[in-house]
Amino acid sequence: MAEIAWIHAALTSARPQAISALLRYFRDLDVAEEAYQEACLRALKSWPQNGPPRDPAAWLIFVGRNVALDQVRRQKKQTALPEDDQLSDLDDAESEVAERLDGGHYRDDILRLLFICCHPDLPSTQQVALALRIVSGLTVKQIARAFLVGESAMEQRITRAKARVAAANVPFETPGPVERAERLAAVAAMLYLVFNEGYSASGAESDHRRPFSEEAIRLMRLLLRLFPTEPEIMGLLALMLLQHARAPARLDASGQIILLEDQNRSLWDREMIAEGLALVDKAMRHRRPGPYQIQAAIAGVHARAARPDETEWAQIDLLYATLEHIQPSPVITLNRAVAVAKLRGAEAALAMVEPLERQLSGYFYFFGFKGWLLMQLGRSREARAAFDRAIGLAGSASEAAHIRQHIDRLMREHGQAEAG
Amino acid sequence: MHYAILCYHSEEVVMAWSKEQNDEVMGRLEKIRQRIAKEGKLGPVARLLPTTAATTLRKDRDPPLILDGPFAETKEQFLGFYIIDVADLDEALGIARELGEANPGGAFEVRPLAVYYPAGV
Repeated sequence: MAEIAWIHAALTSARPQAISALLRYFRDLDVAEEAYQEACLRALKSWPQNGPPRDPAAWLIFVGRNVALDQVRRQKKQTALPEDDQLSDLDDAESEVAERLDGGHYRDDILRLLFICCHPDLPSTQQVALALRIVSGLTVKQIARAFLVGESAMEQRITRAKARVAAANVPFETPGPVERAERLAAVAAMLYLVFNEGYSASGAESDHRRPFSEEAIRLMRLLLRLFPTEPEIMGLLALMLLQHARAPARLDASGQIILLEDQNRSLWDREMIAEGLALVDKAMRHRRPGPYQIQAAIAGVHARAARPDETEWAQIDLLYATLEHIQPSPVITLNRAVAVAKLRGAEAALAMVEPLERQLSGYFYFFGFKGWLLMQLGRSREARAAFDRAIGLAGSASEAAHIRQHIDRLMREHGQAEAG
Repeated sequence: MHYAILCYHSEEVVMAWSKEQNDEVMGRLEKIRQRIAKEGKLGPVARLLPTTAATTLRKDRDPPLILDGPFAETKEQFLGFYIIDVADLDEALGIARELGEANPGGAFEVRPLAVYYPAGV
């Protein structure tokens, strides 16, 4: 059993590199995937007998390439496939392939494989499904279950997405530095989508989607190994780790989301936090701030606070101000106002939030927070109006329930005065 | 005699372990660790974060050069270590063998210590 587990881990870890090299070789995703599958079957036969190869990815690329070439030849000439034992003595051939798989080459291969999943015509859920299927090798069944659709519907979606991607003809030439940077940014955004599909899930979905977040983290680590000096890649990996560290404390027994302030912080994953904080420190040294780094730094401030009241809100305020500066958005201002409320009180926060109403008129959190500020200021009638709008915009039962608790409190504290 | 058991493995493979697999390996290692500790033969033990969290200071120039990532790009990475206090190399290798059975794959470098400050005093 231990051996099977080891082989499984080796195949999983080699998959992105093997498929992306086979894709470069055959320039066809289906052929590359089939070749990889076939190589995996042979690995399952050969590795337990002959022991694991020194470089599983090189082995899989070599065998996969030969298998696919044979199939092409067989289709042409109807000649027989070679016997397995002809493929068994791979040591020399393997190291030869490994020699040629120099860092730069395989870096662009993997980047290309990830990049083709980010086709701008594909809706974000399809980008996510495609990446999980092709790059991570999750089964269609796993992906379908997580997106609450039938298996055949998901199969169709993935097939259509693949056709789209094939028609897009992503060039196979080595990209120039500008193009490489663009690809890297697109891939990072796509991996954050994969992460969020897992992270934002609650209720019954959350179990099936947890692997998404873990997979996104694994691929981000791979990406950072390929691009070790990119501060935004460090920042995004840190952001994912610092958020995912809270996963054990984030949902209650019924699968509903527990707010940051109410989470049992002793359940947070300390190892992930340590890794996330280390990466934030590394990224900051480059002095090239970007949105992922700043968001990671904010998550880091929360992670460092053992109790909610130990949170360094002044730092959070400052970090959101920087984020507002490089990426102005009403949602960021709203988030900053939360820190301002803690630092300078509800009045100051309300003054920041009120001008955002037109832009955020469909945003649940805006009215929830505005209502809460008004409640702090004793303006219960206006608070009630804001809470009512929030309930109308709530996306889940737990969001609505959370607002109802505020309304109940309002009724208890001010209800009688209002009524009288 | 103090020995370091330096643990090398492909971190990509270790990162691809399922949680169950990880817990199983760690559980087996923990039993061995506790036994050696009870026998008074164990010093500090550490598992390192991934090499992506590492920073390297090249001090062969002035001022030193700070680089992102591990010191060496290798197929198998330095992932952790045990310090043990044993009679001889045979005993050190015996412990390494036992740890290796609990955690197959990769390699251990068993290396004697020249200087040892157990608590940093």
